[in-house]
Amino acid sequence: MSIEAIHQVSGTAVYVPGADIDTDRIIPARFLKCVTFDDLAEGLFYDVRFNAEGEPVGHALDDSRFEGASVMLAASNFGCGSSREHAPQSIYRAGFRAIIAESFAEIFFGNSTGIGMPCVCGSAQDIQALTLAVEANPQLSVTINLQVMKVSYGAESFPITMPDSAREALITARWDSIGELLENAAAIEQCAESLPYV
Amino acid sequence: MKDIVIEQYSSIIMGKNLYQKVWDEHAVGVLADGRTQLFIGSHLIHEVTSPQAFGMLRDLGLAVKFPHRTFATVDHIVPTDSQEQPFEDPLADAMITELRKNVAEHGITYFDLASGMQGIVHIVGPEQGITQPGTTIVCGDSHTATHGAFGAIAFGIGTTQVRDVLATQTLAMEKLKVRRIHVSGDLRPGVYAKDVALHIIRLLGANGGIGYAYEYGGSVFDGFTMEERMTVCNMSIEGGARCGYVNPDQTTFDYLANRPYAPKDTEWDNALLRWKSYASDSDAEYDDVVDICAADIEPTVTWGISPDHGIAISEVIPDPEKAKTPEERESVLEALEYMKLPAGEPIKGTPVDVAFIGSCTNGRISDFREVAQYLKGHNVAEGVTALAVPGSQITDAICKKEGIDKIFTQAGFEWRAAGCSMCLAMNPDKLKGDQLCASSSNRNFKGRQGSPTGRTVLMSPLMVAAAAIEGEVADAREVFEVSDQKESPHPRSLN
Repeated sequence: MSIEAIHQVSGTAVYVPGADIDTDRIIPARFLKCVTFDDLAEGLFYDVRFNAEGEPVGHALDDSRFEGASVMLAASNFGCGSSREHAPQSIYRAGFRAIIAESFAEIFFGNSTGIGMPCVCGSAQDIQALTLAVEANPQLSVTINLQVMKVSYGAESFPITMPDSAREALITARWDSIGELLENAAAIEQCAESLPYV
Repeated sequence: MKDIVIEQYSSIIMGKNLYQKVWDEHAVGVLADGRTQLFIGSHLIHEVTSPQAFGMLRDLGLAVKFPHRTFATVDHIVPTDSQEQPFEDPLADAMITELRKNVAEHGITYFDLASGMQGIVHIVGPEQGITQPGTTIVCGDSHTATHGAFGAIAFGIGTTQVRDVLATQTLAMEKLKVRRIHVSGDLRPGVYAKDVALHIIRLLGANGGIGYAYEYGGSVFDGFTMEERMTVCNMSIEGGARCGYVNPDQTTFDYLANRPYAPKDTEWDNALLRWKSYASDSDAEYDDVVDICAADIEPTVTWGISPDHGIAISEVIPDPEKAKTPEERESVLEALEYMKLPAGEPIKGTPVDVAFIGSCTNGRISDFREVAQYLKGHNVAEGVTALAVPGSQITDAICKKEGIDKIFTQAGFEWRAAGCSMCLAMNPDKLKGDQLCASSSNRNFKGRQGSPTGRTVLMSPLMVAAAAIEGEVADAREVFEVSDQKESPHPRSLN
């Protein structure tokens, strides 16, 4: 299994407003009726992007200025609620490769790391400044560098954080943990046998 | 070297909490990125978050490592008016077909619709005695924390992790900090486990538990039944905590005795000794401790679009102009605009269109018994659609045996078949337009109950019944004349 090391992500960005964006908002439950993740991009933020007639209501994701954005900007506790991996999968499949927010819900964070989509935290102030810069120039290239833990754009930059283990997993190409988990087969057997229950 | 000696010495003199004990016993090793490879004792799966994982296994040419450690049921997409197949929705039918194919191919125990044991995965696990103290339990569902009520480390995972567990029975995990939440004193009559959960989330915030496992304790939890403990542990994730637990005690053991998957005979005696040893030591250390006074908790309802938007039934809906920060003001404004509720007015009296009793939070036998004892002689208000959805086929069967279903239907509730139903509306049970639902479920997110403009007010099952009868958000203590003089509404022998 060969997976890529992720040292940095660069691209244009778009800001999705609101704190406590839950995974039901990211992908409404009716889009979960599927047996593969292949078509999830179309459900991304559906109910805040389209009205009952299916017409766009002017959400940032449908703003042509931000078309092709691969970096999502958000506020705090992004991805709270359900554990559905459909949420990061729909974001990824819509073309995003990284998210910068004030904070992330834990399961969402882990699910994103597991599919190689870094979620990094910045201060509210720094994200606001970046959002203003992106609004002023939607073609602005934003770079998330996991080596030096910085976001840079134009002449600006700001520090970001992420748990060491996730950063390590991303930059050493171990974000998909299955390979490593499988390697320890003997230790798994040993632990299974030592446990006092079935 | 000196540090190591001190560390070892500390571990001898310092007590451990349950989380540390169970974690240590299930740690397979440390991975290169510093995370622990954690062994998962029991794995629960359902139709929504597992098919893609089985697909990944197939793509990688991997088998299920320990098929006997995975248990499956079907809950999210099951229609509750009739469980007859084929389902009207071809997508739902395709999902159950896929689950059946996967469990058959890999030899996984499956509680199917015809088994009499199907139900919401977090109700089935405990009912069957699969959920046991000192175990690690995962499921591709954030309400897996429910199982922590038994003193297990139980948490929700994503689908890629479901694949990891199927293939290796392990996960790459970061150890959490542990916050002890101590609720002391006695709950007042008419105040339930659900109110305790909503109160805790209100106090600590929807993101207050990020990075923590919650250990719930104190006299309130000591006195709770297992089902009450499950209600609170269930909603840990609504407070941001991926995992919540209660130390195992005699109440836990009594609940588990004679359950199908519980140990039997001499194995039971051994298990009891072991289970007791997992409880946090009296001198256990915690990363944080929160003390809550039970008498401060009132019947609590939500007014907004996040589970931490809770207020006591006697309080008024928050006023954005009284917010302490601009962010809070914005958040209150957004919530009130969505909920179409007036700032500064009492929440009591808010008109209700739909009443829903069910879900993995409050769809257990004790929830229906409790409501039934008050519901006799009352009628659901005109214009209100009221649904009672047992969390499992076993719960349904017990209710029918005890005549509880009749009490509900005579009052004007629709009695439905087991499933997740209107908690997340992946089946046909959905709100329409901007209907407002008094709901015993766990999430009041925008659009959660199936309509993009639907509104949810979370509350205890008895408060839902009161809202159904009055046609508006009401105080169950007034509607049902629950008073301090009456016998405690917390029967302790309901399991």
